[in-house]
Amino acid sequence: MKKTVNVNVKHLTRVEGHGNIHIKIRNGQLMEAQWEIIETPRFFEALLVGRHWDNAPWITGRICGICSIGHTLASIRAVENAFDIVPDEQTQKLRLLLKHMETLQSHSLHLCFLVLPDFMNAGSVFPLINSHGEIVAHAAKIKGLANEICDCVGGRRLHPTRTVVGGFTKLPSKQELSAFVQRLKNIVEDLMIVADLFSGFKIPDFARETEFVSLKGKDHYPFIGGDVVSSDGVQMREQDYKKLTNEYMVPHSTSKWCRLSRDSFAVGSLARLNNNFEFLHPVAKDIARRFNLIPINHNPFMNNIAQLVECVHVVMDSIRLIEELLNSKFTAPRQEVRPKSGVGVGAVEVPRGVLYHCYEFDSKGKIIKSDCVIPTGQNHANIQHDLEALAKEYAIRGEKDRDIELLASMLVRAYDPCISCSVH
Amino acid sequence: MRAKKADTKTYLGIPLYRPKVAFFEFSSCEGCQLQMVNNENTLLDFLSLVEVVNFREAMTERSDAYEIAFIEGSITRDDEVKRLKAIRKNAKVLVALGSCACFGGVNQLKNRFKNLEWVKKQVYGKHPIDTGAVRAVGDVVPVNLMIYGCPIKKEEVEKIVLDLALGKSIVVPQYPVCMECKANENICLFDLGEPCLGPITRAGCNSWCPNSGAGCWGCRGPAEDANVEYMKKIMKEKGFSEKTILERLDCFGGFKTK
Ligand code: SF4
Ligand code: SF4
Ligand code: SF4
Repeated sequence: MKKTVNVNVKHLTRVEGHGNIHIKIRNGQLMEAQWEIIETPRFFEALLVGRHWDNAPWITGRICGICSIGHTLASIRAVENAFDIVPDEQTQKLRLLLKHMETLQSHSLHLCFLVLPDFMNAGSVFPLINSHGEIVAHAAKIKGLANEICDCVGGRRLHPTRTVVGGFTKLPSKQELSAFVQRLKNIVEDLMIVADLFSGFKIPDFARETEFVSLKGKDHYPFIGGDVVSSDGVQMREQDYKKLTNEYMVPHSTSKWCRLSRDSFAVGSLARLNNNFEFLHPVAKDIARRFNLIPINHNPFMNNIAQLVECVHVVMDSIRLIEELLNSKFTAPRQEVRPKSGVGVGAVEVPRGVLYHCYEFDSKGKIIKSDCVIPTGQNHANIQHDLEALAKEYAIRGEKDRDIELLASMLVRAYDPCISCSVH
Repeated sequence: MRAKKADTKTYLGIPLYRPKVAFFEFSSCEGCQLQMVNNENTLLDFLSLVEVVNFREAMTERSDAYEIAFIEGSITRDDEVKRLKAIRKNAKVLVALGSCACFGGVNQLKNRFKNLEWVKKQVYGKHPIDTGAVRAVGDVVPVNLMIYGCPIKKEEVEKIVLDLALGKSIVVPQYPVCMECKANENICLFDLGEPCLGPITRAGCNSWCPNSGAGCWGCRGPAEDANVEYMKKIMKEKGFSEKTILERLDCFGGFKTK
C-alpha cells in the first residue's frame, strides 16, 4: 500500500461547469477524498417567482445548454400536469423524438469528444482530429444528424423555439421527417464503429455497490414521466420526487446533495439501463451484451458504455417514431391552455439522469413557487463515495499519484456531470 | 497563400493569421460555447482559421497566450471579477459572447428582487451562500466586441471571427428582427394572436423564433432607435397585458425597463 497520495485537480476539464477533486492519503489512511462544487448559483427557482406559466419552459431551458431540451420538456410537463393537460399522441411522439435526439447528441459529445481523449492519451479531441480523423468524423456525423433533427422538430438544437405548453408552435413537414429515416439507419453503422473502438479500451476495473434510480418503463424504455424506481426496491410516483431525492446541503458544495435508501444513489444511463434492460431495442441489447453490461452492473465507469447502448436504442426507436408519424394524419400542433391554481411535477430522463421540475400556480397561472432537482445534483454524493473507494483501492494497489489523478478524473467524467446545471 | 498575405497585416493589434483564441465561461448555461462546437459541418473549417488554446469544456491543455478571449456568462462573485480582470490583461481583444455576457441574460432577473436574502432563502434555506448582483461583462471590464443572442448564432460568430482574422470591420445589424422576419415571408405572429418583440429587437438571428411560429422575446437586446414605449402601446392595443410585455422586455436584460 502507498502511504501518501496527493491529488488536486482544480477546475476539472472536459466536463460541463466547475468542480475540483481533492484526494489526500497520509500514512496509508484516507484523510480526504472530495468532490467539490464551486459553480456560481444562478437562482433559477427564485427567478421564476411572480412570472406567468409561459415563462417557465422558456427560462428554465437556460439552466443548461447541453440538456436544454430535457429541461424544457420537464418544465412543460410540470405545467401541463398542474393544468390537467394531457398531450395527444402526436405531441408525445414528437417530444420523444426530440428527446431522443438530445440524448444522442449529448451522449455522442460526451463519449467521442470528452471521454475518448482519456483512452487515447490526449488532452482533448483537437489533436485527435489529425491523428484519428476518421473516428472524429464518425462522431461528428452522429452528433450532426442528431442536431439537425432537433432543429427540425424543436426549431433549434438548443433552447428550442417550438416546444410549448400544449404542444408545438409548428410541426415539421412529413417530407423533412421522411428524409431522416435513411440517415438514421445509416448512422447505426457509425455507432458500431464507435462501439468497435470502445471495445478495444480497458474500462477501469472498479465496482462499488450502488442504489440506482430512474424512471420505470411500462412497455417502453422510459424517458418522459411515470413512476420512479430504485434498484433497492423503492417505487414512487413522479409527484413524490421530494421523497425520492431528499436534498440536503454540504459545506464544500454550492449544489445540493441527495440520498434515498443509502448515503447516496446514482442516476443516469447506467441507472436507466440497470432498471429497464428488458425494454432496450434488441440491437442495443446486443451491444450491451458484447460489453458484458448486464444488470445490475455496479461499475460507474460503465456509464460510458451504457451511453453507447442508449445511443443505439434511441436511434432505433426514432426510426420507429418517425415511421409511425409518417403513417398518421397530422392534427393541430397545440391545444389550448387554461391556467388554474395547483401544483404540477414533471419528471424526464435527461442524458445524465432523472430530472424533476415542480411549480405551484395561483388561479391566473402565476408562479408562486418553483423547484428543480437536477440529475448531477443527485449524483454528487455518489461521485464522492466512489472517489473515496477508488482512492483507497488504488492506493492499496500502489498506483502513482498521477495515475490516481487520471482515474479520479475519468471517474467523475464517466458520470458526465453537468455542474452548472446542478447548481443552477 | 492567405497565411503569407495575412501575416503582414494586423487588426486591433492581432496578427491576422490563425489568431490564438481562448474561451472562458462565467455564470452561464455554457450554451453559447456549445454553439461553437455544435456546427459539425463548419467546425473543422473554423478550427483551421483560429488556434484554440484554452477551452476548458473541451480540452485539458491550457495556455495564457491568446489574442482573442471569448467571455461567456454574467458576473456575480468577487472571484469571478478577479478572474475576468486577469483575462482582460492577457487578451488583446475581449469579446462578450452571448446575452449573459452582453447584458446579464436570464441570470439578471435575480436583480429585480430588492431583497437578495429572500432570493437566497428561496433556494438554499438557511445555508450560507456567496452571491451578489448579476453584472454584464462590460460592467466589470472594457469589452471590445459584443456578440448578441441567447444562444448566439454560430454562423454569425464564424463570420465575425473570419472578419477579425481578415482585418475587416465588423458589422452587426442595427435594424429589427421584423426585417428578417418579413424577408423570410413568415405570417406575422400578431395576426395569429401571439405577442412578439420583433419590431424593437436587434436582428442578426434571421428571425429564429418567428420562423418557428413563436414570438420574439428580445434576447438580442434593442435595435437602433427601438421605440419601446410605442411597442408597449401596440401590444396593449392587441390585447396583451402590461405584465406579458414586461416579462418579455426584462427577460434577457437587453432592454432598460425601469
Ligand atoms: S446567453 Fe443564453 S445560451 Fe448563452 S450562455 Fe447565456 S443562457 Fe446560455
Ligand atoms: S412575427 Fe414578430 S418579427 Fe415577424 S413581422 Fe410580426 S412582429 Fe415582426
Ligand atoms: S427572434 Fe428574438 S428571441 Fe428569438 S433568437 Fe431572435 S432575437 Fe432572440
